[in-house]
Amino acid sequence: MYKYDEYDHQMVATRVEEFRDQVRRRISGELTEDQFKPLRLQNGLYLQLHAYMLRVAIPYGTLSGAQMHLLGDIADKYDRGYGHFTTRQNIQYNWIKLDQTPDALAELATVEMHAIQTSGNCIRNISSDQFAGAAADEIVDPRPYAELLRQWSSFHPEFLVLPRKFKICVIASETDRAAMRLHDIGIKIVRNDAGELGAQFYAGGGMGRTPMIAPMIRDFVPLDQLITFSEACLRVYNRYGRRDNKYKARIKILVHELGRDEYVRQVEEEFAHLLTQPIEPPLAELERIRAHFTDPAFDPSAPDDLDLSDPDFRLWVERNTTAHKQPGYVIATISLKPIGGIPGDASADQIRLMAQLGRDYSFDELRVTHAQNIVLPHVRKADLHTVWQALDGAGLATPNLDMVGDIIACPGLDYCSLANARSIPLAQKISQRFASPEKQAEIGELKVKISGCINACGHHHAGHIGILGVDKKGLENYQLSFGGSEGADTSLARITGPGFTEDGVVDAVEKATQVYLANKQGEERFLDTYRRIGMDPFKEAIYG
Amino acid sequence: MVEVQFRFRDDEAVNDPAVTVDSFADQSNATAVRIEPGDDARALLPALDRIALVEVNFPAWTDGRGYSSARILREAGYAGELRAVGDVVIDMLGHLRRCGFDAFAPDKPLNEADASAAWSRWDNVYQATAVDGRQPIWAKRHPA
Amino acid sequence: MKILTGNDLKSGAVVWWTGVGWSLDVNDSADVGDHGAAIIAREEGAQNVFAAYVVDGARTDEGVRPSHIKERIRALGPTVRPDLTLKPSDPEAVNWVI
Repeated sequence: MYKYDEYDHQMVATRVEEFRDQVRRRISGELTEDQFKPLRLQNGLYLQLHAYMLRVAIPYGTLSGAQMHLLGDIADKYDRGYGHFTTRQNIQYNWIKLDQTPDALAELATVEMHAIQTSGNCIRNISSDQFAGAAADEIVDPRPYAELLRQWSSFHPEFLVLPRKFKICVIASETDRAAMRLHDIGIKIVRNDAGELGAQFYAGGGMGRTPMIAPMIRDFVPLDQLITFSEACLRVYNRYGRRDNKYKARIKILVHELGRDEYVRQVEEEFAHLLTQPIEPPLAELERIRAHFTDPAFDPSAPDDLDLSDPDFRLWVERNTTAHKQPGYVIATISLKPIGGIPGDASADQIRLMAQLGRDYSFDELRVTHAQNIVLPHVRKADLHTVWQALDGAGLATPNLDMVGDIIACPGLDYCSLANARSIPLAQKISQRFASPEKQAEIGELKVKISGCINACGHHHAGHIGILGVDKKGLENYQLSFGGSEGADTSLARITGPGFTEDGVVDAVEKATQVYLANKQGEERFLDTYRRIGMDPFKEAIYG
Repeated sequence: MVEVQFRFRDDEAVNDPAVTVDSFADQSNATAVRIEPGDDARALLPALDRIALVEVNFPAWTDGRGYSSARILREAGYAGELRAVGDVVIDMLGHLRRCGFDAFAPDKPLNEADASAAWSRWDNVYQATAVDGRQPIWAKRHPA
Repeated sequence: MKILTGNDLKSGAVVWWTGVGWSLDVNDSADVGDHGAAIIAREEGAQNVFAAYVVDGARTDEGVRPSHIKERIRALGPTVRPDLTLKPSDPEAVNWVI
């Protein structure tokens, strides 16, 4: 994975000192809260319902053991002993103190981590495929391109005060595991007919209150124009994105209001102009970065067989591991969704244990997924049982990846000052309702996603079953929707009808699974059956 | 009129009253223009050689359109004074400079010590803006 | 009644206006009547607190109860982590927010 050179170290150290100075000016009263707020947000520091919250960037979701270990230590030293992994592949701490934040950031910098641009109206952390570098189906590892974009977007002077936040995602395989087309800009690394690598650009996707799937805006950008084209996309948005209404300020609204073709025309015009400016890094820089992402030293003679005689182990292997490109290895996903647990939360001890396993058994690499789980990307099959035992001993071996219990949930009203309803207790109740492994196995793949407000941090629009919490005259109420998906077959979920109480929505979810099981044909997943038979039979069961 | 607090030019300060972008087109003798956030900086390109001062107004520093306006003018070869006016804050000084601004007239004068720290904060930069004369990190990593 | 909440500048902790100062316990809240805006201006100006705002509440047998669930959760702490709330040893405390 990428290692900082002296320049990268210096940039992050400078940012820590800049923020330390901003905190000093805030505490001394030189800066009012109104003046300070956009500055602290650009450094990931929010004010939430109970306290400050710090969001630390995990660029493209990749971490070393030392980085993960320190995330655990930070949780103990500066927070209350736990952290929350987010749908943006980052980690959040819920109880950070303002005057200690610069010290926490200085410690993070020692392991090449930061909170730069994890909030605010700027280009956010670049997300990517959690199986990058390990997946059997990728064209190339997408992370070097994400790193090139990370450096370009860090403190880009023209794009620090955009109309609204801006999220970029880079993938490089046909299977989209990162919801690429639900980003402000989605980039898919592809090969053209001549066999050359390039970038396919999508723009104007997003969730929030107006969910949209990004249209393709260019099928092939040569790699030596990647930054210039990105800059053209951003400049058109910075100049013409709406600033009169916060809820209409994302690029998806600009693309929608201009129309895809007119946005493309403006971007191409700006691109043609920017090609005359010497702003593109040489391909040698991409090569330098790429050299950090070579394969680890896989053992070519690693045995490819696995002893599955232990039934609990077998179940976990079936559910939570994925084929690796290298024979003798697997990708193992650690579920942060224990039955009745808080989705995405991990204690400091659990974080350090995962760090240790990453170091010992996965070539010192871990990943965070947008589904709020952790991945050990390169585990020798011969080590898998040992890894599983260690996870099991720490409550980290729940075999439910992509099953009904593997619920994405935003922090909701338990933590978030924007939320209208709680998300986590609902996730806990659904997970408990479907606790039986037999029941889960019968239902198979079913992605449930819960947001506590229309900002959609819990990706409810993209859930096979999506749930949105709303405030109904001071009471929590939940809207149910079906048919969303974030993969290559991206679709947006449709609302079923009137909302439910918390218990009511758990019942409705159960009834929906019964409709699915009664109508399922062959190997159909819940989503496939829904798409075939439509909403009506589900509605009848839920409201009838 | 608000004072210019910082200026990074050796030529004589221009103090002509700035006209709006709209009225500039009709006033062949105007030499100073003021760009508001919603104005198209490219409307000035045909007449760049007779402009000595462009003021770019920031009614609120969180509206970043002026950054693009500045860079567009510099990319087109504008060499006159480019002045940031309005809600100009300490923490954005370095970034404004990188987009081509070379004069600053904040509504409220800035603390000189904080400003001086801000000017010298970033020894290195990740991107080429091509209008600030700075060599980005990637160029230092790969000397020609 | 009208009660006043804000955050401590350095720690971020949720605090409630008692009439003479700030408390971590919502039950210490005073009724600020229509003086909320003036108190906020003075207290924020003195940097004693920030992000302050007035909410509706009621004095009940169990103490001061904010009218909206959001401020009740704000007053208690995250309902999914009773150990981190203001009443870690009271298993019934989370029912208070509903």
